[in-house]
Amino acid sequence: MSTALESPAPARSRKARRSAGNTAPTAPTGPRENPFARSGAMLVMGVFTLYFLVPIWWLLVAASKSSSQFTSTNPLWFADMSIVQNIGDLVAYRDGVYFRWLLNSVFYAGAGALLATVIAGMCGYALAKYRFPGREVIFNVVLGGVLVPATALALPLFLIFSQVNLTNTYWAVFLPSLVSPFGVYLARIYAAASVPDELIEAARLDGAGEVRTFFTVAVRLMFPALVTVFLFQFVAIWNNFFLPLIMLRDEALFPVTLGLYSWNSQVNQIPELRGYVLIGALLSIIPLIITFLLLQRFWRNGLGTGSVK
Amino acid sequence: MSAPAIVSTAPVARAGAAAKKTGVKHRRAILTFVLPFGTLFALFYLVPIGYAIQRSLLVIERDGTFGQAREVFGGLSQYVLVFQNGPFWRSIARVLTFGAVQVPVMLGLALLFALLLDSPLLRGKKFFRLAFFVPYAVPGVIAAIMWGFLYSPKLSPFSAVTENVDFMSADLVLWSIANVVTWVYVGYNMLIIYSSLLAIPTELYEAARLDGAGQVRIAWSIKIPLIMPAIVLTAIFSIIGTLQLLAEPQVFRSFSSAVTSTFTPNLTVYSTSSIPNFNLAAAFSVVLALATFVLSFTFLKFTARKEAK
Repeated sequence: MSTALESPAPARSRKARRSAGNTAPTAPTGPRENPFARSGAMLVMGVFTLYFLVPIWWLLVAASKSSSQFTSTNPLWFADMSIVQNIGDLVAYRDGVYFRWLLNSVFYAGAGALLATVIAGMCGYALAKYRFPGREVIFNVVLGGVLVPATALALPLFLIFSQVNLTNTYWAVFLPSLVSPFGVYLARIYAAASVPDELIEAARLDGAGEVRTFFTVAVRLMFPALVTVFLFQFVAIWNNFFLPLIMLRDEALFPVTLGLYSWNSQVNQIPELRGYVLIGALLSIIPLIITFLLLQRFWRNGLGTGSVK
Repeated sequence: MSAPAIVSTAPVARAGAAAKKTGVKHRRAILTFVLPFGTLFALFYLVPIGYAIQRSLLVIERDGTFGQAREVFGGLSQYVLVFQNGPFWRSIARVLTFGAVQVPVMLGLALLFALLLDSPLLRGKKFFRLAFFVPYAVPGVIAAIMWGFLYSPKLSPFSAVTENVDFMSADLVLWSIANVVTWVYVGYNMLIIYSSLLAIPTELYEAARLDGAGQVRIAWSIKIPLIMPAIVLTAIFSIIGTLQLLAEPQVFRSFSSAVTSTFTPNLTVYSTSSIPNFNLAAAFSVVLALATFVLSFTFLKFTARKEAK
């Protein structure tokens, strides 16, 4: 079974055992599965595969057509391939403002998630591995923070930032996204389970400082959890809509979601924007899909940690 | 390292107080780890919330019709306005209706898919797992734009359906949005549940299989009770998400006049702040955040007690 190769160690042995049982009907593994149940299960999954993938397939097809063919040809199959032409038009349109948005998103989400992960990882590690007064209070406040969604904070943040005249700047979107209470929670649980005290003690005896021990020893052991925190923070920032919507007026600062939203809401007045929205939407989801596929080995392990607890 | 030097000067680190001694031993390291997150959390979570509460207690007063506007303390008068605001409470009722239907459907599907992935009934598990998760990489704004096209009577690939059913009508648009949200999040919830299924040791149900229990029976009596914590976690995040709906309805406003500027609570916050009436918007925000917190907290306590029984 190919999945076994990708799974964490305990799951691997378990799956190997299970699949071995299935291929050897004489082995004492109980009754074989009913063929009707098998085809029923495959049918359900097949139907929902269509549900999940057809919209994306449609977007790919739609983004590859010229605007006249978009309305006149089969929406689920390619006509003349003009995807390169469409991308070229998008680059040229208003000095490539779309790619500016894409870069903004990469900056907000990439730099923001990276810093947020380091900050949350340090805090979670300290909460797991040191005893100090106020530790439980901090953890409970952070846990409360997990339950306060980012969107509920958008207006309060706007009010605070307008107090110091920082709305409509990069900082207004970037700084709030450095805080990931869920990251602290996950990092704490994972550090408690995966970083042995003996190892920290050994590093101390070797004369390594606490901070250095964290960055050289603990980070390596916490890596799956940290990748998970990074990815989910990345997605949260990339998908964030309310905060940039309420903070930003200057188009040059927009992330790609807000940019495409603003184009989409003008489609009725400026019909040629429709083509740009389609190709822009396609280009904006490809980086995320690729990132998820490449890093899935890490985030799947880390995802389990957060929920098993 | 300088940590021991701190111990000798710190007043709490008296000989005999072992717990406190270790607490202070690495004080500098602890501060280095906790302070960055603590500062940012305070600045971008606690301070904005406090400031929003403060603003919500102010009213604008004018000397005569054209006089200078001043903000003065108005007690709870903004909250009186909130509680008298019909559209706001209708929007709360709307998202609660939405959540009562959409969250069980979404989590039911996620649970079904996770159980199928964990059963021996399926082939090609890796493919299904990825295919179902791909929509999570699509930001809510982009997903809403895509489905906006898919629902449209003329441009949709399913125009046989969309020409006869108006998915953007006042009756249906809420459920059209529910479909978009479900499409994006089923795979994400499926993976959370699936990874906690992987953590169950097979021994726990091997005996049941040998006794002839079918997959449905094993799932119902053994697996589902064991993964309840993961299901509760996904339910809480879904409830929070529902109350915070913003991006999808905001995008749908350009497709459908049925989505008003007070369609969801967050849309009400946004449109009130663009009037601009920041004090009232702040009061809306505070009430919404409180409602979210209370609802998810109650749910957490309720399910925790049920499990303990």
